[in-house]
Amino acid sequence: MIEIKGLHKYFGALHVLKGIDLNVEKGEVLSVIGSSGSGKSTLLYCINALEEIQKGAVIVDGVDVHAKSTDMNKLRQNLGMVFQQWNSFPHLTALENVALAPQIVKKHSKTDALAIAEKQLRHVGLGEKLNVYPSALSGGQQQRLAIARALAMEPEYMLFDEATSALDPELVGEVLETMRMLAEEGMTMICVTHEMGFARDVSDRVAYFHQGVMEEIGPPEQIFGDPKSEHTKKFLANVR
Amino acid sequence: MSNTVSVFSGFQLNDIWFMAEAAGRTMLISAVSIVVGTMVGIVCGWGMNAGNFIVRSTLGPVLDLFRSVPLLIQLVLFYNFFPIIGWALDPFASGIFVLSLYTAALVTQVARAGIDSVGLPMRRASRSLGMSYWQDMRYVVWPIGLRAVFPAWVGVALSVMKDSALVSVLGYVELLRASQILITRTQEPFLILAVAGAFYFALSYPLSKYSQKLEERWAS
Repeated sequence: MIEIKGLHKYFGALHVLKGIDLNVEKGEVLSVIGSSGSGKSTLLYCINALEEIQKGAVIVDGVDVHAKSTDMNKLRQNLGMVFQQWNSFPHLTALENVALAPQIVKKHSKTDALAIAEKQLRHVGLGEKLNVYPSALSGGQQQRLAIARALAMEPEYMLFDEATSALDPELVGEVLETMRMLAEEGMTMICVTHEMGFARDVSDRVAYFHQGVMEEIGPPEQIFGDPKSEHTKKFLANVR
Repeated sequence: MSNTVSVFSGFQLNDIWFMAEAAGRTMLISAVSIVVGTMVGIVCGWGMNAGNFIVRSTLGPVLDLFRSVPLLIQLVLFYNFFPIIGWALDPFASGIFVLSLYTAALVTQVARAGIDSVGLPMRRASRSLGMSYWQDMRYVVWPIGLRAVFPAWVGVALSVMKDSALVSVLGYVELLRASQILITRTQEPFLILAVAGAFYFALSYPLSKYSQKLEERWAS
């Protein structure tokens, strides 16, 4: 379970997150929507400590993420993350991309790491591309490679930071399909997304962020069908 | 005619050996300086990239100095400076010392650019997989960044190899110095400089060819 308590985040004088309280249960799929600059991506970075926080706490399975004593490298293994930019390692093949972290971080033998990598690549539908370098993959394939790379660490949580925003429109579908598959398998997911269809169909809950505040959270039917906040109404009217 | 004393003697086959040995010394002094300078330069480049304000504002001007003062002046200054502080270095050691620092100053900028070229998103991606700072450096940043600036590094290495000719002013008999000695004896500057040029070419060409091969392999 991920517990976020009274979280405040500043970039210098800029107050990006203004007291966020949020719990995500095991097995839940939460979509976070909102306009750019609303702090939703920053929230993800605070969850796996890629950003420091100024106030409040993030607790993952009882471990205080931002405590000095926390082993961040260990914690992050359990929090897979997929970014807007897929960031494939260009000097490694697809298989090596996925096998790298299991080998050097989890200290699996090379054979085991490669076996894990192959399994995960097949899982996301890249079984034919094992020995291909990222430069020969499309954006959608590279993003699925990034998903496989995160899954290879066998995380219990997956964080998606606008995983489809940088893709050409015709490539969005295959990535969303992979995310939907993970959701159906019971993965706990927090998806910052602009894909309203995905948020509506796949999530258990949807949270709307506005200027660093979580304005509203609830089941997709309620958020999309009967939004309470004026800001949410306005946002949804604009994206439709 | 039989009474004339011949002051000059022509170019002989033995002289080729003399030059080849000198070319070996050029190669030795260059190779050591390039290796040492590259290692120091990579560390300094990392310092320029990741170091705090104090590190960067100390390192920056020092390296600028080595990059900006002509190598010839550095060599003469250092060679004459060491005996003053009671630390007499022979021409070879002085040459290596100065050439290494000079190489390090050039490589620092190259390495820094390489590390900079691996952006924050890529580094966050590797850290998000649980890699430590050094694992990220070792397996992601250096392989990607240093490959990106490899052609620039080859340029530095080749120019240092040729610049090593300047160590001749300290009396170290490398290729250029050897040529000067032979020119004095034979009075055949055209021939001897052509041979010296051929030696320099023979030293540079394999390196530039090999680097081309490497780049092609990485590009595929």
